[in-house]
Amino acid sequence: MASAMVNVTASVLDWVSLAFDAPTKAVVFGVPIDGHLVVEVLLVVVILFQLTRKSYKPPKKPLTEKEIDELCDEWVPEPLTPQITEDMTDEAPTLESAAGPHAIVNGKEVLNFASANYLGLIGNEKITDSCVGALEKYGVGSCGPRGFYGTIDVHLDCEQKIAKFLGTPDSILYSYGISTIFSVIPAFCKKGDIIVADEGVHWAVQNGLYLSRSTVAYFKHNDMKSLENKLEEVTRRSKHPEKIRRYIVVESIYQNSGQIAPLDEIVRLKEKYRFRIILDESHSFGVLGNSGRGLAEQCGVPIEKIDIITAGMGNALATDGGFCTGSVRVVDHQRLSSAGYVFSASLPPYLASAAIAAVDHLEENPSILANLRANIATLFNELSDVPGLVVASHLLSPLVFLKLKKSTGSDKADMHLLQSIAKRVLEEDSVLIVATKRSSLDKCPLPIGLRFFVSASHSESDLLKAATSLKRVAALVLS
Amino acid sequence: MVRLTYQIAFTTLLSYGILFVFGKLRDLFDKLLDWSKSNDPQGYAPICYGFQDFYTRRMYQRAKDCGGRPIASAPDAWLDVIERYSNDNNKTLHRTERTTKCLNLGSYNYLGFAAADEYCTPRVIQSLKQYSVSTCSVRVDGGTTKLHTELEKLVARFVGKPAAIVFGMGYATNSAIIPALISKGDLIISDSLNHNSIVNGARGSGAAVQVFQHNNPSHLEEVLREQIARGQPRKYRPWKKILVIIEGIYSMEGELCRLPEIMAVCKKYKAYTYLDEAHSIGAVGKTGRGVCELLGVDPADVDIMMGTFTKSFGSCGGYIAASKEIIQHLKRTCPAHLYATSMSPPAVQQVISAIKVILGEDGTNRGAKKLAQVRENSNFFRSELQNMGFEVLGDNDSPVMPIMIYNPGKIPAFSRECLSQNLAVVIVAYPATPLLLARARICISAAHTREDLIKGLEVISKVGDLVGMKYLPIGPLNHKAKEFSKLELIKIE
Repeated sequence: MASAMVNVTASVLDWVSLAFDAPTKAVVFGVPIDGHLVVEVLLVVVILFQLTRKSYKPPKKPLTEKEIDELCDEWVPEPLTPQITEDMTDEAPTLESAAGPHAIVNGKEVLNFASANYLGLIGNEKITDSCVGALEKYGVGSCGPRGFYGTIDVHLDCEQKIAKFLGTPDSILYSYGISTIFSVIPAFCKKGDIIVADEGVHWAVQNGLYLSRSTVAYFKHNDMKSLENKLEEVTRRSKHPEKIRRYIVVESIYQNSGQIAPLDEIVRLKEKYRFRIILDESHSFGVLGNSGRGLAEQCGVPIEKIDIITAGMGNALATDGGFCTGSVRVVDHQRLSSAGYVFSASLPPYLASAAIAAVDHLEENPSILANLRANIATLFNELSDVPGLVVASHLLSPLVFLKLKKSTGSDKADMHLLQSIAKRVLEEDSVLIVATKRSSLDKCPLPIGLRFFVSASHSESDLLKAATSLKRVAALVLS
Repeated sequence: MVRLTYQIAFTTLLSYGILFVFGKLRDLFDKLLDWSKSNDPQGYAPICYGFQDFYTRRMYQRAKDCGGRPIASAPDAWLDVIERYSNDNNKTLHRTERTTKCLNLGSYNYLGFAAADEYCTPRVIQSLKQYSVSTCSVRVDGGTTKLHTELEKLVARFVGKPAAIVFGMGYATNSAIIPALISKGDLIISDSLNHNSIVNGARGSGAAVQVFQHNNPSHLEEVLREQIARGQPRKYRPWKKILVIIEGIYSMEGELCRLPEIMAVCKKYKAYTYLDEAHSIGAVGKTGRGVCELLGVDPADVDIMMGTFTKSFGSCGGYIAASKEIIQHLKRTCPAHLYATSMSPPAVQQVISAIKVILGEDGTNRGAKKLAQVRENSNFFRSELQNMGFEVLGDNDSPVMPIMIYNPGKIPAFSRECLSQNLAVVIVAYPATPLLLARARICISAAHTREDLIKGLEVISKVGDLVGMKYLPIGPLNHKAKEFSKLELIKIE
């Protein structure tokens, strides 16, 4: 076998060398054709032939109809909602009367600390009368957006009233409290703008920031040093800072912690770095300041320095809806480009007339603010020594926020503890307080806690009773 | 379907072009004359850039008095429009004390509950005295009253689903619910002409969004097949779930959605469906139960049914009706339920009373009469307009009828001329509709009497002749037979 292979190889080699060394057999055009020239020409021809061939690409095969059918049959969607477990079926307490300081819940009378009725206007005679008049004249709904015959004279009166009360040129009404801020932010902030916001802002603000598609940077909750660093960083990083719109978004009283933003400090930083301020005053309008004009009055900052102020009217003013105020340019721009204003039905007229009556009442009776402040101070003092809980809110905030001294480590367990405290306080002592509930869509990193909404119409005995009850239950549950 | 001929398209574009040129010239003069003056303080970027509000300043401002007209009465069949005047070419409009009584063809008052009603208003006032104006609290804390639970049960029964949840604003219902159900890794397929609240909700959810041609079930099928086969674009994994969002009556077209065909497609491909019945609940269907009843679709097939109380029930707010599990889940996660002040109790009572009237549970047959009246009124008005030669969109039985105007010069002319003849109409142009397809939109109510409608028709006919809006030949025409358009309709984003 091997010798046959050797013989074949030898004869092939001989044949090749013969072809190479064959003497010149022909002379073409004066060029002698040697044997090796033939082989070289053959090689060149083969190379050229290969070069002209198309390169190999795997053929594109789009899915056939049958294959698409199979894929569609195979595909199984997830269920629309996750499995409902036992602990998810808690029902909220049902009110059977107005949500004043003493309300009837599930059949018995309770002390109500769950309504943000700061000025005690729920059940006020004058407001009820003006609403009855509005209902008889205008019906309930306004049957149309503001651009299509949904603008009723009470809306215009209400806007003028609020603007006059705050001292701004104009204001604009929205039909729902939380939709105010998440319509205002996308109306002014577009892609490419820069926003620096507090990390503890509530969901509606977060949603507005997300919808605006701007670049958002968060600073540590209510920490002015962190704000200054963030402003510095953001200004340094952007190439043409004067050409991009820049905003600082803060709340006056944070819903998630009860802290109050130091407005004078923020205004100083804003002027230094050339930012505009968007301030959400939902819980401070009608509460802070000597005459209830909000955080600007409280901190002694002229109202013109704050570019955009928004507020929900579902708190101190005991009505529904929201408003936004600022310079004429700011307000006019929103009338055409704010989604929640243009595409939604306008505020029912009776709620607007309730707002007018509420502002009137506040202007005529500034003493309710003194009552409210006294109540807040009393409750703050009483709650400063609850076992296992610590007061995290500012001492002027009508929203008294208590968080766990030592968290269990998991949000769910914390939630469970706080809710059991609230439940026991309601069942055993008939005091209605609430534990903050977070939606799964909420990205706020602040801890949850218990909230007390103090009203000007709470009496001192109410506050003492609530404090005693909480101390007793907290000692039982958290020990 | 809109029939946009080449002549109309050309003249409309020419008009817009002339307005654009004039606008630019004015901007140029503005810049030259006040180049040193600036409204914004040093170092701040302006709140609105030059071109962003060009349309507002130079085009919309010319017709600004046609929109946002204030009224001094309830938005019933006849209303009092407050007269306004302007000294500076519509830049600022000033109110006067004078009012004009006009026939109202613009408010969403399909069943006539807008003004004080003999059954509803006394009950609303009583609930106001009992529960006061607002609860000042969110639903999960201390804002749920007996009225809210009663309303949720009633809505669920009315619509035909096991459970329901109500919110204080229709717009927020869509923008807050969709992110609670859908998140990253899911797909939303929505009709190309869906309302802004749905678009915002879809965007806020973080899911991928695909659009299918308006009311076209075969295109929906194509999109579904392609998307399921292809999966997520960059990760090549299958979609976690797919939600198809459609509306019952499209308010800018006045047409009903092709619900049975779309439901069949969604069932075949296992996609979930979300039906927004803002304009159709209470207004269509034999007993007012919306497009499902009208088109013969079982409500149990639609996964999520949404609606608002602003249009047919004369109140405010919105609802979602779905299975018990979905509603339980929403009660725990939906931000509008956890963070927003609960719906005002008098408004809740208004809806409860209105639904009771519609169902006949108030002891009279006013509800049935109202439903029959609105259907009869809509069909009469639509056929008369079509006979006169107007181009009217929408299907029979729908109380919304847009009349095409197209040309920007005719839009304010129509509106102002109608107002001078005591007819209040609504005109819609860009950006709510495509640039070339401006229209006037009529909303018929059960409160309109036959005489009102005849007067309305007379005025519209006269003004239509004056302005030149009768694009089609006079006489009855079968619009459904010819469904084509000579120019492609592109929705301008």
